[in-house]
This record gives sequence, structure tokens and C-alpha cells, in this order.
Amino acid sequence: MNKSVLLPAAVLLAVYGLWDGAVLLSHSDIFPRPYQVFLGIAELMQRGLLLKYVVASLFRVSIGFTLAVLIGVPVGLLLGWFRPAFLAFNPLIQILRPISPIAWIPIAILWFHVDDRAPIFLIFLSSVFPITVTSIAAVQNIQPVYVRAAENFGLTRLELFRRVIFPACLPQIITSLRISLGIAWLVVVAAEMIAVNSGLGYLIIDARNAGKRYDLVVAGMLMIGLIGLILDLLIRRLERFEEVKWGYSDRN
Amino acid sequence: MNESAISARDLEISFPGKRRAGPIHVLRSINLEVRRGEFVCIVGPSGCGKTTLLNVITGFIRQSSGEVLVQGSPVTGPDPKRIFVFQDNGVFPWLTVEQNIGFGLARRSRDEQREIVHRYVQMVGLTGFEKAYPRELSGGMRQRVEIARALAANPQIIYMDEPFGALDFITRLKMRADLTRIWQEEKKTILFVTHDIEESVQLADRVVVMSQRPGTIRKQIEIDLPRPRDLDSPEYLEVRDEIFHTMGMSLKVGAA
Ligand SMILES: Nc1ncnc2c1ncn2[C@@H]1O[C@H](COP(=O)(O)OP(=O)(O)OP(=O)(O)O)[C@@H](O)[C@H]1O
Ligand SMILES: [Mg+2]
Repeated sequence: MNKSVLLPAAVLLAVYGLWDGAVLLSHSDIFPRPYQVFLGIAELMQRGLLLKYVVASLFRVSIGFTLAVLIGVPVGLLLGWFRPAFLAFNPLIQILRPISPIAWIPIAILWFHVDDRAPIFLIFLSSVFPITVTSIAAVQNIQPVYVRAAENFGLTRLELFRRVIFPACLPQIITSLRISLGIAWLVVVAAEMIAVNSGLGYLIIDARNAGKRYDLVVAGMLMIGLIGLILDLLIRRLERFEEVKWGYSDRN
Repeated sequence: MNESAISARDLEISFPGKRRAGPIHVLRSINLEVRRGEFVCIVGPSGCGKTTLLNVITGFIRQSSGEVLVQGSPVTGPDPKRIFVFQDNGVFPWLTVEQNIGFGLARRSRDEQREIVHRYVQMVGLTGFEKAYPRELSGGMRQRVEIARALAANPQIIYMDEPFGALDFITRLKMRADLTRIWQEEKKTILFVTHDIEESVQLADRVVVMSQRPGTIRKQIEIDLPRPRDLDSPEYLEVRDEIFHTMGMSLKVGAA
């Protein structure tokens, strides 16, 4: 066993012990002990809720995030390339960007009521700005020598985009996808606490409201953390493609 | 063979500088004629405007005044018939060695592409590295990829901005020999910037010596020595010393 497994395992074990010890010492009868959380997860699985809620949350993230990628990347590349378009739209983007998706919740409910479209809309909003802004910056920071070389070889506008601009920006775009997927996962949970009646966010609020089931609350939190970790590991794989490796430093 | 490939007349180039300091004059009254099929080297002190001159002749940037005619018509922009080999590495890091070398061949058939790429991979000594990415190569190997990429596109004119600067001595000698051979075989016009006076005398039909900024053409020296050139012959050494002398004089003037 190597250090990268042993050290985190030791830390997790210590947290487990501290948590258990703290609950025992405080004689709390509402805060769950770790084993109760695992029983809670088992109970959710038995009732068929765990899979249902995970799928519901992942579904909303997938749709909202995919829409954000499909719109954010092309729009960002175009705004980065065409200076007048950038000058025209950048102030608007900069004003919309700092508004937390949470602040949009009332409007989302107004427009979409409490069906799936509300959280999807919020996830889209949370992801589309970081992706757009990074794509713009990536185009604007391309080394001029690449563009000159491409122009020298007589590429048309379209070929220039496909063969040079896009691959030159891809490493930074992938990094922005990773960051915004993380944000999207934060936002879906928040949105589900308010706007819908399924998903991991709903599970947490519902478990608290209907009977103070804090074992289920923490079970929901744990699942959110684990799935967030898995999403990050999956999207990180994009950074390993040979075509983009040059864009990342050679550490690790 | 006496047609003009490149003809620059009264070329002036300045960049807008900081507001208070006013514009930076980089090149002044440049008059340069390059015949078709000629190999011309430009030497001059660092910062005198050699790269800038090539950029204008290629069409990457516009002159402030004066005129550049290339193959008979004014330059309006870059053109695949005239390929630039960059001083700082312009090889695409997202493509493999063979994809880079084949970059300018998109309009050729698959078979032609494969054949041409193979030929130039061999010429620049990168056999075995066809599938490697630039980050896995040394600086000198990357420079060779760039040179191969330019040659593979079969341009009529090649602009080279210190292309051998990053290479080790042995590779540099080999590349000089290869370039001379390609130039003789394929009748290309080459405008070649270098810091290395020995290199210019070994390669060129004519050496253009530039002054410090604002760069002007100080002297043009025809080199009528047979190739391959004997680096120990008295004629060779005489031309070399003449260029050293011209450069040395300019340094003294610059310091005064
Ligand atoms: N875009 C620019 N804006 C302002 N000044 C510039 C610009 N490009 C070049 N210069 C200036 O013009 C001068 C000539 O630059 P250039 O790169 O042509 O020199 P060079 O002769 O190629 O030098 P080296 O041998 O070191 O490559 C330099 O003093 C440089 O600072
Ligand atoms: Mg230069």
C-alpha cells in the first residue's frame, strides 16, 4: 500500500473516530453517529429512494451543464475572436456573472414553477458564465505565432477556428468545464431544496422537515460529497488526452 | 533568373510607443531587392528590426510608409506560396510531429501527404518521432519540425528568422548543408535572418548587413564563392572579416 492510499485512509479514520466520540460525549439524541448514517443509507437504498434521487439530481445537472457547454463554448470563442462583439457583450456578461444562481431562484420559480426546468435553468446559469468567460480569455491569449503560422498556410476562417483556435483553447476550456461542473453540483442541491420534490437536495430538506431524521440528512450530504468527487474524477480524465496535455504543467 | 522576387522601396516602420516618448522608429529607408532563386542573409545587431522587416515582407504587419512588392505585386497579407519559419517556436503543441509537418498539405491526397511527410521527417532527422508531441521533443527538434513544415508546403519563397539558433553545432552544420541542397534542387528564394556571421557567409549569395535601431542597410556584400564552401579558404575568410568589420564599425558608431 502506498502513501496516497494510506494517508487519506488515516485521516478518514480519525474523522470517523472524532465524530463518533463527540456524539457519544455530548449525549446528543438528534445528531447521528456515523454507523446510523450508514444505516440511513441502507434504508434509503431499501426504499428505492437513493437511486431515484441520485438519478434525478444527475439528470438535472447533465441537462443544465450540457446546455451551458453547447452555448458557452461557441459564444466564448466567437466573442474572443471578434473584437466588436466582445466590446458589445462583455459589459452585459460582467454584470450578469456575479449574480449568484441562488438569487435567480424566485425568478426560476416564477417562470418554470416547480418542475425540472427550474433547477436546470439555475444550473445552466451557474455554468454558462464561467465557461463563456474562460473561452473568451483563452482565445484572446492565444500565442500570436500560432495564428500567424495558420494564416501563412492559407487557412480559411473556418479552418482557422477548427484547426488552430479551438485546439489552442481546449486545455483552458476543459479546466473551466471542471470548475463549472463543480459549481453546477453545488447549485443543483441548493435548487432542489426549494423548487422540486426529488433529488438529493430535496432528500435533505425533506428528512429534516418530516421527522428530524438527521441520519438521513447526513446520509444525503455524504452522497452529495461522494458523487461530487466522482464527477470531478471523471471530468479530470479529459485533461489526459494527448491533444491537451501540453496545456497543463507537468506536475504529478 | 533576373526577375525580382522581393523588392522593398523606401520602407519605413515605426511602432506607436508610449505617449510621451513618441513613436519607436524601427526601420528607416530600407531598399532591398532579392532576385528570384537568390539566397540572401540578413545580419545585424539584436533589436535592429530584422524580425520586423520579415514580418512586413510576409504581410503580418503593415509598413508605415514605402512599398513592398513580392513576386510582382504589393503584399496584402500572408500567402502559402511564401512560408515564414518563426524565431520563437510556431510548432503546434496539440499536433504530433507528422501532423505538424503535414499541416500545409490539407489539399493534397492522403497518399501524397504521407509520402511528403515521410520525406521531410527523414530530411530533418526525426525518424522514429513521427507520433511524438512537441512537448516530448528538445528545442532543437521542435525547430526542425518547423523547418520541415515550411519545406513540405513547397513554397516559392521561404522567410527564415534565425531558424538554426536553437540547434547544436553538428545539427546546425547538417541543416545548413540540407538547406543549401534543397535550395539548389528546388530553386527557392530564401531570405534568411541570422546572428551568425559564419553562417551567413556559408549560406548566402549575398549578405545584407544592418545597423542598430533604427535599422538601415549598412552594406550588401555579394559572395561569389562556389558551393560547398571551404570554410578555411582565404576568400571565405576575407568576406567574413569584411562583415565583421562592418558590424564592428557600427558598434563603435552606436557607442559614441
Ligand atoms: N509590436 C511592437 N511594438 C513596439 N515595438 C516593437 C514591436 N515589435 C518590435 N518592436 C521593437 O522593434 C525593435 C526591433 O525588433 P525586432 O524583433 O525586429 O528585432 P530583431 O532584429 O529581430 O532582434 P533579434 O535579433 O534580437 O531577434 C525592437 O527594439 C523592439 O523592441
Ligand atoms: Mg528577431
